Amino acid sequence: MHNVALRLEAVSHAFHPGTPNEVRALDAVELELERGSFTVVLGTNGSGKSSLLGAIAGSLSLSEGHILLDGQEITQWSESHRARLISRVFQNPFTGTAADLTVAENLALAEGRGGRRWLRRTLDRERRSALENAVAELGMGLEERLDTPIGVLSGGQRQALTVLMATMVRPSLLLLDEHTAALDPRSAEQVIRLTRRAVAAGSLTTLMVTHSLSEAVRLGDRILVMHRGRIAYDLQETRQRRVRETDLLQLFDQLRWADRLDESAAEMLRRTYV
Amino acid sequence: MNLLIGALTIGLILALLGLGVFVTYRIYRILDLTADGAFGVGAAVAAALLVRGASALAATGGAVLAGMLAGGVTGFLHTRLRVTPLLAGVLTSTALYSVSLFVMGSGNVSLVSADGFVSVAERAAQRWFGMPPSLTLFDTMVSGASIAALGLMLLLALGAAVLLALFLNTEIGTAMRAAGSNPQMARALAIDVNGMVVLGLCLANGLVALSGALMAQYEGFANIQMGIGALVTGLANLLLGEALLGRRTLARWLAGAVLGAVAFRLLVGAAIRAGLDPNALKLVTAALVLGVLVLPRLLRRTGLPAEAGERA
Repeated sequence: MHNVALRLEAVSHAFHPGTPNEVRALDAVELELERGSFTVVLGTNGSGKSSLLGAIAGSLSLSEGHILLDGQEITQWSESHRARLISRVFQNPFTGTAADLTVAENLALAEGRGGRRWLRRTLDRERRSALENAVAELGMGLEERLDTPIGVLSGGQRQALTVLMATMVRPSLLLLDEHTAALDPRSAEQVIRLTRRAVAAGSLTTLMVTHSLSEAVRLGDRILVMHRGRIAYDLQETRQRRVRETDLLQLFDQLRWADRLDESAAEMLRRTYV
Repeated sequence: MNLLIGALTIGLILALLGLGVFVTYRIYRILDLTADGAFGVGAAVAAALLVRGASALAATGGAVLAGMLAGGVTGFLHTRLRVTPLLAGVLTSTALYSVSLFVMGSGNVSLVSADGFVSVAERAAQRWFGMPPSLTLFDTMVSGASIAALGLMLLLALGAAVLLALFLNTEIGTAMRAAGSNPQMARALAIDVNGMVVLGLCLANGLVALSGALMAQYEGFANIQMGIGALVTGLANLLLGEALLGRRTLARWLAGAVLGAVAFRLLVGAAIRAGLDPNALKLVTAALVLGVLVLPRLLRRTGLPAEAGERA
């Protein structure tokens, strides 16, 4: 029990509640993430996987349910309060960094994620050289550009720095929201490598949303497939069991069939009774 | 000579206004109309306190607190009640008009017999530097008081710019700039964005009220109309400063805001001497701000004939 990092209890969220357009983005989702596990969430567009991440991060408020992190109820915590424990990398590489601030300033802010910010100078010499070392470890030559506004860097460079920023203070939970989807293949590969290294180094509990089946089978210990606001499939120990991309494709096909059946059944009912 | 010293002193007083506008406009990208009200309420509170026998320091301090409170109200309207920043500023500033009237008791308060910062500066200059009551500079008689006032304002304006630059490089200040630059990122790094916006509005309007309070003491009266157009004047100072010194580093940017305010006053003084009707001042200021904001875009459009051709 104490090995559970994150726990969702009957988590629901509805868009346009109480109207004919009501959409249940999350429908009584139950989920437990084991500490140190890497879980990948797959799903079609509108299946609720982004809503799931939003609900955990606190950008989406729940209509029902509870969220517990390390046994502590965080359902009522604000987004910025949760960010002390939960770090995030977004799909858009520009979302994770402040363009007007320098590389060093962005990193220094990330270093203050867990604690109190006060009237200390952001960048004294000690902190600067520590940041320089951290950036040098990325192996991208960005340590030369600590004082450049981060807005002039490329998307791939910014996303690599965002991964570093998300993990330099160890989070209780790392959320990755399709964080390579907007990058060219080479940058995506690099960001995946950095992510892997950071996750392994901190044995971080990670929840990643992606559209890439190859990333899913390569990275995930566990793969969830979401459909219509629910977890349709929950594949455990996927790496030991050598789950392949084709297996996942089959699952998606099954879901599509189920949908079609639903639709034709509804159509039949309409014809018969309306 | 006296005109020049006067223009320099007023420029330095309005530099504080420019620094306040920098915080709202350049850090948060908010056009904060609270500035108009805060400038007026700063003048009103300082005048009311001076008339009741408070010291210049206490009167000015009271004005700063009033300005910070005004900024806090706008921040509350914007972050908690979800009013757009522009409307929140207009509402606060409109309400402050009445507040200023209540505080002053009438639309105009004379401070001629009050002990404002000019006489404090004069006494200090006499005691420490043996400043004579009047002296001759470049063949003109200049009062010691005006020199002392200019000196004190130089210290205050530069001190405020330096303190602001230092503050913006502290952990809180950097968090403030991040909250303005990218609120989503700031939240993801556990920065309370709403709190930072309120803090910024308090800080900015404290500076603006300080500017109003000093202006009333320098001019020797407080008038209910004083705050009208303060935001646009602050913008003009800031934009002129950016044109002069650029915005490469924070320190340079803020130094530019101070320099811009002084340069703008000198331009205004020169224009009035050359025959500009003082009543046209606000018209010219507004036109200048519009020009600085629009000109780069116009230049870009005319500078690229290919693009212009496509449009035609």
